[in-house]
Amino acid sequence: MLAKRIIPCLDVRDGKVVKGVNFEGIKEVGDPVECAYEYNLQGADEIVFYDITASHEGRGVILDVVRETAKKVFVPLTVGGGIKTVDDIRNTLRAGADKVSVNSQAVQNPQLIKEGADIFGSQCICVGVDAKAISPNKWTVYINGGRIDMGVDLIDWVKKCEALGAGEICLNSIDTDGVRGGFDLPMLKAVVDAVNIPVIASGGAGKLGDFAEAFEKTDCSAALAASLFHFKELTVQQVKDDCRSKGIIVR
Amino acid sequence: MIAIIDYGAGNIFSVKNALDFLGVKSALTSDPGEILSADKVILPGVGAFQWAMDKLEESGLVDTVKKAASEKPFMGICLGMQLLFCKSFEFGEREGLGLIKGYVDRIPDTGLVIPHMGWNKLEYNRQCPLFEGLGEDEYVYFVHSYQAYCGDEALNAYVEYGSKIPAVVSDGRFVYGCQFHPEKSGQTGLRILKNFVSLKEG
Repeated sequence: MLAKRIIPCLDVRDGKVVKGVNFEGIKEVGDPVECAYEYNLQGADEIVFYDITASHEGRGVILDVVRETAKKVFVPLTVGGGIKTVDDIRNTLRAGADKVSVNSQAVQNPQLIKEGADIFGSQCICVGVDAKAISPNKWTVYINGGRIDMGVDLIDWVKKCEALGAGEICLNSIDTDGVRGGFDLPMLKAVVDAVNIPVIASGGAGKLGDFAEAFEKTDCSAALAASLFHFKELTVQQVKDDCRSKGIIVR
Repeated sequence: MIAIIDYGAGNIFSVKNALDFLGVKSALTSDPGEILSADKVILPGVGAFQWAMDKLEESGLVDTVKKAASEKPFMGICLGMQLLFCKSFEFGEREGLGLIKGYVDRIPDTGLVIPHMGWNKLEYNRQCPLFEGLGEDEYVYFVHSYQAYCGDEALNAYVEYGSKIPAVVSDGRFVYGCQFHPEKSGQTGLRILKNFVSLKEG
């Protein structure tokens, strides 16, 4: 059977790793290639670079980071942030990424998912979704780093992503992101139940047991965290040991 | 020198990066002379079977590939492995390279998510030089919706995903195929690549 994946995410701006709290108060923490290599040694199943540089120049920087990382890290690499066109997808994959994560642009232009999947295959199109509760068991989709509510129902949106050819959903809860109180299990469960593609839990991991809890209480395929790993509060290996001790299959 | 066949398919840089990391000389090439004079040959591949066969034919490389595989250690990776079989039913029937007996078709629907994507545990079916130094608990990275269907004689290792999916196949001589991506499978994958480049036969 497939192992549950533990994915460290590196938020990169202008070639440096940063991590915000609720998308604000961003703080620099290091060299992305070095960080990725360290995670690789800890047993990360995949590494995500999230490019939070809005500028055009920043795009080249993240591609250089991917190129350098791909020379020494031999697990799948995903790049998200600012992917707007099929050419962006192509350039990112050519730099050595195995997958791209499309987010805001996919909400504004859903055809990007379909075009990307048709040309490069569903397996490399991950749709990143930022959502926030408007009432219990009802959520809407946000774009631009959690700043703009698109008024789109989360469950309708993830089903549409799947129909358009998305290979995976990376679900980030704005309510729990940076709060470190655990993943947003009701939202996660609702999305996992709505689609038949892998779902990555994101946003809210604050302690060791949060990962195992997400795998025990939902059928999510992977769990992603950034700050927890960046600030060396936990290693990927510790998280895996905890999951393993609870009977969850990890690599 | 290891020839990595460049016929327009993706992921060739990852294979080259992994060999560079291992300190093994390799070249991305579509030159028949270079492929036939290499010590070993790797056929990578991501995408659809028909498209890849078209590309191989357009590049005039089909005979070169078959000749190389009859003379020296040869490894197909992912779609490159699937191309080694006699035929595929992906988007209609299409003849493959016919180097290993068997065919390629969709992963059977057992209610599990398709594509089969992620890390799965190798189950060994027989001894194989590619497994040298590997332990019992070795996970490798898969991304695919189609799989090989072959006899036990070609099956060196498989993984469980609702049914048995061939993971490492062989012609019984020195042609090997990996359904997973050794170049994306961490230390386990690097060891498998190292074992391949260290093969003596051929």
